[in-house]
Amino acid sequence: MSGKVIKLHFTIDAHDFSLAGEASSSTKKMLNQLGISPLIIKKAAIAMYEAEINAFIHANGGEADVEIGVDRIVITVRDEGPGIADLDLAMQEGYSTAPDKVRELGFGAGMGLPNMKRYSDRLEIKTEVGRGTTVTMTVYVREG
Amino acid sequence: MEKYYHSVTLNEEKCRGCTNCIKRCPTEAIRVRKSKARIIDERCIDCGECIRICPYHAKNAITDPVEAIYKFRYTIAIPAPSLYGQYKTVFSRNRILNAFKPMGFDRVYEVARAAEIVSEATRKLLKKENIKKPLISSACPAVVRLIQVRFPSLIDNVVKLESPMEVAAKIAKNKAAHEENIPLEEIGVFFISPCAAKATSVKVPYGAAKSNVDGVISIKDIYLKLLNSMERNPVREDLEQACQEGIRWANPSGESSALGTEKFLAVDGIHNVITILEEIENDRLEDIDFVEALACTGGCLGGPLTVENAYVAKNRLGRHIEEARLKGISKSRNEKIEDDLVWTGSIEHKPVMKLDTDLVKAMKKLEALELINDGLPGLDCGACGAPSCRALAEDIVRGNANETDCIFKLREKVRDLAAQMVELEAKMPPVMDKSGDSQEQVKKQR
Repeated sequence: MSGKVIKLHFTIDAHDFSLAGEASSSTKKMLNQLGISPLIIKKAAIAMYEAEINAFIHANGGEADVEIGVDRIVITVRDEGPGIADLDLAMQEGYSTAPDKVRELGFGAGMGLPNMKRYSDRLEIKTEVGRGTTVTMTVYVREG
Repeated sequence: MEKYYHSVTLNEEKCRGCTNCIKRCPTEAIRVRKSKARIIDERCIDCGECIRICPYHAKNAITDPVEAIYKFRYTIAIPAPSLYGQYKTVFSRNRILNAFKPMGFDRVYEVARAAEIVSEATRKLLKKENIKKPLISSACPAVVRLIQVRFPSLIDNVVKLESPMEVAAKIAKNKAAHEENIPLEEIGVFFISPCAAKATSVKVPYGAAKSNVDGVISIKDIYLKLLNSMERNPVREDLEQACQEGIRWANPSGESSALGTEKFLAVDGIHNVITILEEIENDRLEDIDFVEALACTGGCLGGPLTVENAYVAKNRLGRHIEEARLKGISKSRNEKIEDDLVWTGSIEHKPVMKLDTDLVKAMKKLEALELINDGLPGLDCGACGAPSCRALAEDIVRGNANETDCIFKLREKVRDLAAQMVELEAKMPPVMDKSGDSQEQVKKQR
């Protein structure tokens, strides 16, 4: 990434479910203040929201870093959770390992990873069972 | 940016410069400067929250006086359905409608009737393929403005159909022109309004090039005059045209319940609306087809220009709805239903939140904003005139405020300055310094 970059850091604290989505919500507000086009903001916000929720549900929280550059937004969500055993399976729509308690809240519909893929221009997942998962999503900022 | 018109306004004499309105505004559109609240025009969505919250009644909405009807040769009143909930139920809907004529109106046409036509068109729209769901109702103009300002990605979800008020005005005007043989421009159509934002949408319509409504009279202003007229005059004719489907629009979920689907969500109160719009933006409401979002708590019955308490009015309106249902007014009425309610204009994104038109400059400002915000106390006390510390930080980077506007920052600066003064006070110019042995000091320097 070249030129000016804004770096944001968030701790995803999994103690209170009503706080889920705070990081992506404040990122969205800042992107709005930067005057980035609504469609790009939507893509970045949904992709980040899904990753944030995943860290919340599966990994007892984690960290999120956002780098906003003039040409791209790079979102990294890192956790030290159980990791993903079968990534191909996890990428399928409707597949979920979320516990019932979470599903009752309307989450765990198996759209998390598919949505991250759909809304980001580039998705990179590093995962290791027992160690954790790092998701890096890139959304390109095109003017207009 | 083009000059932005809105109807919410300030009575300077009554304003005491308190912080009630700045804290309540959903778009952070108010600042206190020189002991008076100032509305940032392009941010105001006319939701009326500040009108409701102001303890000194310093906020109001620009509407037309009842006397404005005399400017026209022929006048038509188009009352909002919420009007029926304002009076005790001894006054039937027909009696309320009849009371307009002795006041100087030539005709009355119920907006509730037009609402049914809009419902019909919305039902058709919902059946169409390739529409962006959930559809978001455009009935509440404050919500449409909110979407323009804060939720631009949802502009495509907005139902692009004329509002019941516009449809009513168009039908009533054309019909009168035809039947009475009067030129359109000599007919004045007046909306009897519970709503501040409707007054704006008449002056600056977002869907059409020009509104068919010629004036907006607030329910507050006409309430007593209409009551007097009701008490003095007998009911002469049957003016009821709307059935329960249209009258219900004044209630939250009234519009939705006419759509024949369970996949609707009705939300009222501007802060609740914001939460739901966030949900839609995050693609979290995929099982909902229609969202009815109303800025006022209690829907139009809770409008800032109404007289009666929204909950009392709801009960009364309920009785009018029941009466209409029992009467079973048939929907086959004589007027020609306009089949084309689709907007001729469009709604645009109004990016009033952005810090700069140049992305790199905006990024620099955002960084500065964050830095300033970190240094502020985070109490959101409002004493600086901005609704929150973050809003003050934003005002500073926009060049509209100073860090010392914060009383805590100012106090800090004063303290630092005082400490410096104490420190300087202890120092003495060498020629006057009588402490110690000056001879010794001179020797040492050699």
